[in-house]
Amino acid sequence: MSVLAALLRKELRLELRTLESVPGMMLFSLTIFVVFHFALDRATVEGDLAAGILVVTLLFAGMLGLNRLYVADEEQGGFDGFLLAPVDRTWLFVAKAIALFAYLVALEIVMVPAFALLLLEPGLGQALPELLLVLALTNAGFAIIAALVGAIAVRTRARDLLGPLIALPLLVPVVIAAAGLLEPLLREGGAGGLDAKWLAILGLYDLVFGLLSVAVFDPLLED
Amino acid sequence: MTTAIELAGLGRAYGERAALDGVSLTLPAGRTLVVFGPNGAGKSTLLRILATLLRPTTGTARVFGCELPREAWKVRGRIGLLGHDPMLYRELSARENLRYHARLHGVAPERVDELLDAVGLSARAGDPISTYSRGMVQRAAAARAVLHDPELLLLDEPRANLDPAAAASLEPLLAGAPERPRTRVVTSHDPAGGLAEADVALGLRGGRPVLLGPAADVTVEQIGALYR
Amino acid sequence: MYGKGLRGLSVATIVVLVGAFAVAAFYAPLDADQGFRQKIFYLHVPLAIVALAGFIVAGLLAIQHLRTREPIWDLRSYVAIHISLILGVAVLVTGAIWAKTSWGVWWLWDEPTLVSFLIVFLLYGTYTPMRFAIEDRERQARYASVFAIAAGAFVPICFGAVRAQPQEVHPQTFGSGELPGSMWLTFLVCLAGMALLFYTLYRFEIATKLARGRLRSLRRQLLDDAPVQRRSAAPII
Repeated sequence: MSVLAALLRKELRLELRTLESVPGMMLFSLTIFVVFHFALDRATVEGDLAAGILVVTLLFAGMLGLNRLYVADEEQGGFDGFLLAPVDRTWLFVAKAIALFAYLVALEIVMVPAFALLLLEPGLGQALPELLLVLALTNAGFAIIAALVGAIAVRTRARDLLGPLIALPLLVPVVIAAAGLLEPLLREGGAGGLDAKWLAILGLYDLVFGLLSVAVFDPLLED
Repeated sequence: MTTAIELAGLGRAYGERAALDGVSLTLPAGRTLVVFGPNGAGKSTLLRILATLLRPTTGTARVFGCELPREAWKVRGRIGLLGHDPMLYRELSARENLRYHARLHGVAPERVDELLDAVGLSARAGDPISTYSRGMVQRAAAARAVLHDPELLLLDEPRANLDPAAAASLEPLLAGAPERPRTRVVTSHDPAGGLAEADVALGLRGGRPVLLGPAADVTVEQIGALYR
Repeated sequence: MYGKGLRGLSVATIVVLVGAFAVAAFYAPLDADQGFRQKIFYLHVPLAIVALAGFIVAGLLAIQHLRTREPIWDLRSYVAIHISLILGVAVLVTGAIWAKTSWGVWWLWDEPTLVSFLIVFLLYGTYTPMRFAIEDRERQARYASVFAIAAGAFVPICFGAVRAQPQEVHPQTFGSGELPGSMWLTFLVCLAGMALLFYTLYRFEIATKLARGRLRSLRRQLLDDAPVQRRSAAPII
């Protein structure tokens, strides 16, 4: 556990010092909202359209985060330094996943209110706790896949292309479930409730891929 | 006298190219093995295998009796590596980097400040590594390598980037306590200097061991021949 | 020495496949709504099932590779994915044909199996570029195995998630469960044929790769004639 704490401290400290990921993700998401406005020629959105835009924006901003996740370690010998330590290597995966989760939360603090301001028709307040739950589960899915795929992609050529290319199909179930869950929450004229089916699928996905990634992560770190 | 390193037919191939082939030797604890050879001879590969960072593809390697890679996890904490890569994050300070490694190795944080003092970096310990000169980076990396007081220290050209005075000041740090001298494996391009500190000398060329024996039996000319 | 039993296997495959097509064309009853065009279903669904099974089996083979680190398991996993991808193209093409002849459009978002298959196909489509992007053979094989395991686990999840979406007009052909016995029989024969096809192609590709590898190492040993190693996505044994 103290290993996890040490890794997280290092991750978050580096991000705070370099600000390589989060500000870029924030700016990117705002730009995407503007692009959507023009591409769809809509001043406001609600219901399934709003759910879709929110999820897609989160997804693409998340891809930016994925690309940056392991770069510092790869370029500055962080992998070797970690591999020399007498610790369980899976902690690196957990630390990276938690870090990206944190970055996504930071992103959402800016992105979601911006979305409400720029594009959303109904207010955010109509289903805030449910919204937060859905975002948390979605972030978890993104974080797990990013931590796994990022490790695969970072030591290949064309790493910035390969990462999203592999991650996006893997994340389709998360997109389906998240959009399905968000649609009733963002409906005009009062929010519906959370669909238990999608909640179960999303939760199951996070659990299965979380466990799977923990199981297969080790071989990725050997030289 | 315990054996620190035991290699039998050790080899590492990348596809069909053998970076290392057929290295066999025994090194007792507390002794120094110096590895000579031109670039690409397999020196760094050998060091990385000993550091448990690389799996051998043929032969066996035992460090402190534990077979690599199967039992690597048992000995990892007893090995230190100072290679070409300082393994320090450039945006973090020396102190932050060392504290991070200390936590990973279960070493008390006070030791970090002790070591920073020993390598003469106390004054600049709070500045990011990106502001350091090459020599300072090397010193910080050396501190990182010995932070957990490893019994086996692997040094890949440790004197690179250091002026003679700095190199000399690092020497006691790298050698370990006199009562318990460290086992060391050092790569070197300096025949005379390397032989002087060696107990056992190994000469590699093209991944193959062409020279192996007690340092006393090896001459500077023989090492020079490796480079021709 | 590498192609043992391949001739017999090929003959068996051809026999069963031809038999399956004959049974599908002549024996199986005509569908009430769609007529003869429905029969492409006997091609499309068995291909899909076999391709998906191939992906999952590749994941299992990859687990074995990570456990033993023997390159032969990586070769097996790679070939399984390869053949499944080839069959996958056939799945998507026959699926499109079916959609066009049955519903008048080239693609149906409402057909969950087809959509899930597309997603899975897109995922496995990255397998070869990923392999190609890693030069070190051993690392290439290791990363490919991790990918194959994760992707293999993904297949059922993907199908589950897509199926969970509310369906509209188009029925799930398989979900109805009201197929008469003769349709089932035809279907099973076709499934057997496709499975044999997969296995034969698999054995062929493995034999070819092993033979080529042996030839290369013999040339190196006897003639000292080592061809320059080009970068490749395929495992070299």
